[in-house]
Amino acid sequence: MTTTTPPAPSAPGTAAPAWRRVLAQTGFETRAVLRNGEQLLVTIVLPVLVLIGLTRTSVVEIDTGGLARIDFVTPGVLALACVSTAFTSQAIATAFDRRNGVLRLLATTPLGRGGLLAGKLLGVLAVELVQVVVIGAVALALGWQPAPGGVLAAAGVGLLGTACFTALALLLAGTLRAEGVLALANLVLVLLVVGGGLLVPPEQLPGPLEHLATFLPSGALGEAMRGALLGTGVPPLALAVLAAWTALLAWAAARFFRWQ
Amino acid sequence: MPTSIAPSGADGAAAPLRPAEAARAAVHVQGLVKRYDGRDVVAGLDLVADAGAVTAVLGPNGAGKTTTVECCEGLRTPDGGTVRVLGLDPVADARALRPRVGVMLQDGGLPTGARAGEVLRHVAAMYAAPRDLGELGERLGIGSFARTTVRRLSGGQRQRLSLAAAVVGRPEVVFLDEPSAGMDPQSRHAVWDLVRELRDEGAAVVLTTHLMDEAEDLADRVHVVDHGRVIASGSVPDLLFPDAQDDRTLRFDAAAGLDVTAVAAALDAATPGTTGAWLVTEPQRGSYVGTGPAGPRALAALTAWLADHDVLASRLTVGRRTLEDVFLDLTGRHLR
Repeated sequence: MTTTTPPAPSAPGTAAPAWRRVLAQTGFETRAVLRNGEQLLVTIVLPVLVLIGLTRTSVVEIDTGGLARIDFVTPGVLALACVSTAFTSQAIATAFDRRNGVLRLLATTPLGRGGLLAGKLLGVLAVELVQVVVIGAVALALGWQPAPGGVLAAAGVGLLGTACFTALALLLAGTLRAEGVLALANLVLVLLVVGGGLLVPPEQLPGPLEHLATFLPSGALGEAMRGALLGTGVPPLALAVLAAWTALLAWAAARFFRWQ
Repeated sequence: MPTSIAPSGADGAAAPLRPAEAARAAVHVQGLVKRYDGRDVVAGLDLVADAGAVTAVLGPNGAGKTTTVECCEGLRTPDGGTVRVLGLDPVADARALRPRVGVMLQDGGLPTGARAGEVLRHVAAMYAAPRDLGELGERLGIGSFARTTVRRLSGGQRQRLSLAAAVVGRPEVVFLDEPSAGMDPQSRHAVWDLVRELRDEGAAVVLTTHLMDEAEDLADRVHVVDHGRVIASGSVPDLLFPDAQDDRTLRFDAAAGLDVTAVAAALDAATPGTTGAWLVTEPQRGSYVGTGPAGPRALAALTAWLADHDVLASRLTVGRRTLEDVFLDLTGRHLR
């Protein structure tokens, strides 16, 4: 690290404190998502529609094991919300920022690459907070009764899932063309919703999907979230799978991400 | 390939700086090498930029200008040579340098979804004591589009916003990559005024350009770059009149294919004692440039020669050599 003495606080060419730089980036990233119509559609409107659709209609067969349908569906929708923000929305935003040189420009300001990453991660968490409030309110209105003891565990699972899917988002955004990321990020979201074990537990998926989804980060996140909020406990296997994916994807993102 | 026409010694780029000079230089690049796919894009480039001066890196497209400044900005790691900015290594000492260095990228790097004013406020938030945004915005005419999203800005508006972002943190060194590309004349002059002001405040301004008038009007020192090397450097007068001789040019348009050697001989004959002083070329079909001691007699000799050969010049001007002439002499006239 550098050993140069920093100039007096008000001197020209002095950086703002690190926390203020990261906070500014967090606010900037969060506003960018909440202002963008398409991003709002994917992160807020889609999960709420899925919640209402799965609760109020029986288009999709789900074996709730005798539990109230809203109690069974809501954890999966929260897992979906986490993936839509941490993965789909973040992958697309970062890919276009990378193509447009935004990442390079910000890397030359006092924010730096580390501050940029921190700001992105906190921005994802801020959007997720908005999602939890909106989805939680709708679910409660529909009669949702989460297991009181599981809320803290669910928050922890959500953090791990966020780390995992943000890493995947950065891996795609940092290696592929922006247009490719746009197509792929939406496609992957749809595939994970339909057959990835997010909403429908892996053991209820047909044939080989059951085994596949169990070991996908989506299936693990869905199972862990359901375990926490249904009060049955977070399955250790799901937690181990999610942690392993997080480590692998974080390594790959750090190794293969190209800034330009 | 011409080598250096700069006066050897003091600010000749190839000569290593004495330690005192190196310490004073805000930017000091020595023997920089950068390869892409095994090809040397920058091949042993030397460059110096001082505080309180505007340094232009002038060269054709693909000469290695952008790669060079990106190495100075810490965005690329050199494959060889040394780069020092304010005495520090742009990659290893990035954290210490970032607050002190302002950067305007060639491709802008502006987030497209945000409003112009918001982008500028955001970049300003990275600094402890940023410039007054109202005053800076007014200088560059940003107020008129502050509420427009970057996506909808014109090329010139984006450039002005990028420049504002580069200088908002009161940097000691400013790198501007093609700052006036895509700008209308009014914007260009606003940008040039700001660049001069930054220099007067003591900043080292390094700008890349292929615009001759930009280098000629703004730069205290010009480094002409081609094929990844500096092929000439010095002040604008140094480059224009390397022999301290106030050569002037006679330009004229006439029928294509005139005997330029005969024209040069006629001009030489009219200016006694200067045999061989005149060089006449036809850079474009039917467009001639004669360089030499262009006095009244030379002018008369030229028109007499044209009259003798029954050629009517459709245009005839007397002027001094421009940086463009020097540049084309150095880098050749073929397209690339």
